[in-house]
Parts: sequence; C-alpha cells; structure tokens
Amino acid sequence: MEKRVTFRGWVLPLLLIAPQVLISAIFFFYPAGQAVYQSLFIPDPFGLSSQFVGLGNFEYLFGDRFYRASFVTTAVFSVLVTLCSMIPALFLAVMADRLIKGSGVYRTMLIWPYAVAPAIAGVLWLFMFNTRVGVVSWYLGNLGYDWNHVLNGGEAMGLVVVASAWGRISYNFLFFFAALQAVPRSVIEAAAIDGARFWKRFWTIVLPLLSPTTFFLLVVNVVYSFFETFGVIHTITSGGPQQSTTILVYKVFADGFVGQDLGASSAQSVILLFVVGLLTIIQFKFVEKRVHY
Amino acid sequence: MKKSIIGALAVSTMLSPVAAMAQTEIQFWHAFTGRLGELVAAQVEEFNASQDDYTVVQTHKGNYSETLNAGIAAFRAGEQPHILMVFEVGTATMMAAKGAVRPVHEVMGQSGATFDPDAYIGAVKGYYTSTEGDMLSLPFNSSTPVLWVNRDAMTAAGVDPDTDLSTWQNVGTTLDALKAGGEDCPLVTAWQSWIHLENMSAYHDVPFASKDNGFGGVDTELMLNGEAQVAHLSAMGQWAKDGKFIYTGRRNEGGANFRAGECALFTESSAGYAGIKAEAEFDFDVRPLPYWEGVGNAPQNTIIGGASLWVMEGHEAEEYKGAGTFLSYLSSSDVQAKWHQDTGYLPITAEAGQATRAAGFYDENPGTDVAVIQMTTNQPTANSKGLRLGSFDQIRGIIDEELEGIWSGDKTAQEAMDSAKERGDALLRRFEAANR
Repeated sequence: MEKRVTFRGWVLPLLLIAPQVLISAIFFFYPAGQAVYQSLFIPDPFGLSSQFVGLGNFEYLFGDRFYRASFVTTAVFSVLVTLCSMIPALFLAVMADRLIKGSGVYRTMLIWPYAVAPAIAGVLWLFMFNTRVGVVSWYLGNLGYDWNHVLNGGEAMGLVVVASAWGRISYNFLFFFAALQAVPRSVIEAAAIDGARFWKRFWTIVLPLLSPTTFFLLVVNVVYSFFETFGVIHTITSGGPQQSTTILVYKVFADGFVGQDLGASSAQSVILLFVVGLLTIIQFKFVEKRVHY
Repeated sequence: MKKSIIGALAVSTMLSPVAAMAQTEIQFWHAFTGRLGELVAAQVEEFNASQDDYTVVQTHKGNYSETLNAGIAAFRAGEQPHILMVFEVGTATMMAAKGAVRPVHEVMGQSGATFDPDAYIGAVKGYYTSTEGDMLSLPFNSSTPVLWVNRDAMTAAGVDPDTDLSTWQNVGTTLDALKAGGEDCPLVTAWQSWIHLENMSAYHDVPFASKDNGFGGVDTELMLNGEAQVAHLSAMGQWAKDGKFIYTGRRNEGGANFRAGECALFTESSAGYAGIKAEAEFDFDVRPLPYWEGVGNAPQNTIIGGASLWVMEGHEAEEYKGAGTFLSYLSSSDVQAKWHQDTGYLPITAEAGQATRAAGFYDENPGTDVAVIQMTTNQPTANSKGLRLGSFDQIRGIIDEELEGIWSGDKTAQEAMDSAKERGDALLRRFEAANR
C-alpha cells in the first residue's frame, strides 16, 4: 500500500506553489500570450497603428519558400550540432575516466570552452576560417582547397555547426564524466572477470547505464541548437549565404529587429513554440521509453 | 572616454544644482564608437560650453540597427530621446511614423535660429526631404562610393597606375591586365548592394524602384532587375568567375584586404579615407566611381549612405527649441568643415565645402574632394535623389543573398534580380499594409 502525505486544506499548498506559478505567468504565459495576440496583426514599428489580419501573417509565412526551407535548415543544423557536441564529449569523457593520473588537469582544460560566450566563440572561429586572413583557410589553401564560406552554403553550415558544438562539448563532457563516475565499479569488474574487453563492456554495460544522462543531454542540446546558437550564427554568417544558415530563431530576429516586421516575427515565435513543444513531447513519449533509470 | 564625460557631467550637475535646473536637457542617441564617437562627444561638449540654456546629453546606443531599435522601443515606452540618429535605410520607416517624429525644418524654424534649407547640398539633403521639399531630418554623416586604387599593386602587375578608370569598360580591360600580370585580387568591394545596385542605378539615372524610388508613395515596386543593372551584374559575375573580382562579404570586409595591400582596386565609401590613410603602406589614390559608357545618363550623380538626425515627438516646447538650436549649431559652417575634414564624410552645406577648399585641405589631401564633386556636379533627378523604401534593411539582406548567388555562379544576374524583386516586393507590400 502506497503511503501518501497530503496537506490538510488548500491554502498552504497554493501558497507554496504560488512563486513558481507567478514566475511562469510573468515570464512565460504573459509574453507567450502577447506573441499570440500580436501574430494576428501587422503593426507599424512605433505602435502607432495596427491592422488586424487574422491568420494573414501565417499565410504569408507559409507562402514564403525561404521560410519553409528554414525548417529543413533548422532540422539539419540541430541534428548536426547535437551529434557533433555529444559524440566527442562522450569519447573524451570515457578517455578522461580511464586516466589514473592527471585527470583533473584534462577535466579542467576540457571544461574551459564552455566559459566562452557563443558570440565570442563565433568570432574566434570566424577569424580562423576567414577567407582571406584565416589560419585554417590558409592551410586549406596550401592543400589546394579553396575555402569560402561566404559563398558556399555547405561550408557555412559546417562552420556554424562546429562553432556551436565546440563550446557545447565541454558542457556535455561534464555530464557524461559525472555519469561515468556513477557507474558501479562492481558491475564492470564482474564483466571484466567474465572476459569482456573494454569496448564490449562499454557497449553492453556503460552506455545503457548512461542512458538517462544521454537522454537529458539530447533534450538540452536540441533546445540549445534551436535557441542559443543565435550569437554564433549572427557573428559568423548572419544567416547567409542565400539563407543557408538561417534557422528559425534567426529569422525571428531578422524579421522582428532588422525588418521591424513585428507581426510576422510574432507569428514565427508562435510557430516555433509549437515546434519545440512537439519535439519535447516526441522525445518524452518515444525516446524516453528506451531509457533505463 | 564617454564614461568620463558622463561622469564629469554628473559631477558638475551635482556641484551646481541651481545652474543645472535652469538648463533644459536634450537627449541625443547615436551609433558612433571609437574615433567617431570621440568626435561626436567633442561636438556636444563644445555646444554645451557655447551657451547656458541647454545641455545636450549624448548616448551611444549600439550600431545603426540597434540605435534605431532602441529609439523605437523607447518611443513605445514613452521614454524616447529628443534626437535620434537613424541610418539612411531606416528613412522610410521614420517618415512613415507620423506622430512619432517632428520634421526638422519645423523644429529648426521654430527654434529662433536662422534656417535656410537652400544652404544644404541638394544631393545630400534630398535623401531626407519630402516630395514637397521639406527637410525631415538633418543629414549628419553622409558618404558616397568611390574607387580606391592601390598604385603599387598596379605597377607590380605591369599596369600603368595612371590608367583611365572612369568607365567600367576601362576597368574591365585593366582587370584583364592585372590578372595577366599576376595580381590575385584585382577588384574587391564593400557594401555590394549600396555600391553596385543602388548607386549604380542612380549614377546611370535608371530607376531602382517605381514611384521615384519610393519618394512618391509606399505603393512602390523594385525595378532593380532592369537592363542596366543586370548588364552590370553580369559583367561583375563574369569577373568573379574569372577570379578578377574577389567577393569577401556583405559589409566592408574587403577593406581589410585592400588596406593590407592585397588588392588592386576597391569600391568603397569615401568615408573609408581615414582608415586607408592610417593603415595603407602603399601609394594609393581615389577615383570617381566608374560608370558604363553609353548606358543611361551616366555619369549622373551618386547617392549617399550614412545617417541623419531625427527629432522625436512627445516633448516640451522648450526642449524642441533646444534641439533646434543644437541642430543649427551642427549645421554651422565651422562645425561642418571640421567634421568633413576629420572624418572624410561629406559636408552637408555648400559653404562648409567652400571653407574646406579655401583652407587648402583638398590640396594637402588629394582625392578627398572626389566624392564632393561626384555628388554635386549634376542636379539630382528622380532616379538619383535617393531611395525611400520600407523594410529596406531586410531588402538589402535579400539583395545580398541574391548577389551571392551570382558571385558563386548559382544564378544568372537576371534570375537573381528577378528573384530579388519578387522577394523584396513582398516585403514592400507588408510595409504598405502596416502603414496604410
């Protein structure tokens, strides 16, 4: 029989959840409501007049082939960023976990990039890959490869993915490393006695035990690649060339704060809200089932 | 620097409360940092010291886009400054915001200072003047594109540095010679849309958009896919393909290459002068922007880029008087001549230009008057007065994207410009809807 502790009456529990509800209301429900409301209008930037257009903004957006293409761009971008930041992080964590001496030094060094703000990271990578003065593009040039991310969409995408994933590797490393330390030694030792080699042990024991962490990082990294990579994209490509790196969030910014088109920008935030909500539901419904806690 | 001035102001305000209360404060938001920021601060300080009635407080609000956004957000919150700096592409946005801005001809006329609209250079003020001829904002920093030549690079490639580069036909021949002479970067540009489309159209007296480039109303459509523009971009595209025109980015990234001596020719704003003079370790000179011989009415006049000062609504009468006085001070001949000589920006009054010439500045700094001459030789036409298009910052982004399509060889010039028109027109229709 399950034992339940319940409050007597309603006042105390309501009071206890009030701060959380209040914060959510002020910082989430109110702005989200405003965005939904604004998405039905075409306002002028100064707020002097506003035309009610119903779902006109949404119609306009879905009629725009560049907006539709930006969904694909976002999907490609976030899958790449998530993979490029999680796989190396896991690899590094496993390596650091095996070290007996000096793991503290490696750990500290590996965490450093996380302290670099996305915009700064963007500028650093931009310098290295600058088409005329960049160190990396100079070496590539010597190898006979003409690097030009200002004109080549694929290269631009590669560069923003690497720049976005780079700082993120540290963050993921930290979580994987902590999770690895929590894997019971006894299980691994038992497998070792049974003759399982390192990689066998890794695939059959360690990785499944890491699955809650992996799942958590998957959710967090997808959200990161959706929203927080703005600084990197803004500094490196500004969404170009030919919108090949314009992800949904960047378009919200460009339309709202460069184009002063607040109606279309609000409509995009509403769409984005649904997309992220949907993704989170999918992740919890389907991916979480495979996770062993 | 800025902080210390604000600090000094704060201290002086605290020390003399009586004097401070008698002074009316005028808020001035601008987008300048570095050397330009210091020069603006100096202008403001000098104005404040010159009289006792008003104190202008200057604040840096980020780059051009950020400053405009700060002004708009502040207006919505009822906290707007008196004077806001807005870059030229934001002009249509500001003009459409009736009720948010007060025309400067009104403010300056009522401030008691003498205001003579004819004192301003036509091609400069035209950009900021209504179709009725009223000046709506005060041109502050204006520049126009010119051709910068690295004479040493020309010589190294075996090309006579004094070759006539006044037409694109001649430039084309020179690019061939430069390439043949081993030059890796014969031509590079900054601000591609501004120089190779907007100015190109004005210079050849062909329309960039209908309704007199948008001066005639918000129901305007882009006409940048015209014959002259497409021909120019096709030639540029071919040069890009042959490695004679090197594309470096949408803004002024090419400036770094040119200043480092890597490139022979560079189309860039006349305001690039200060930077090139400071950094270039080679012999350079300034030429007028080239034109296509036999196309349109070239050379007509080029148009400006830069920013102007807008006076915002919602303040006290006394404060408008102060704002008007400050703007009159900025337009005065001495202030303008100094600004022109310090920065390389164009003078906004003819008198300031003459004063600069009389002081011998152009003789000591050859080429600094090329932009002035290019702007003022002909009376601006409906096609060369400027551009007044809503959402223009974004339209420029679209144009940049389409131009990149040409440079990479993905699209022909005609395809790219047709697409730019289609996409840009969609934004213009939305702007029209928002400002109906």
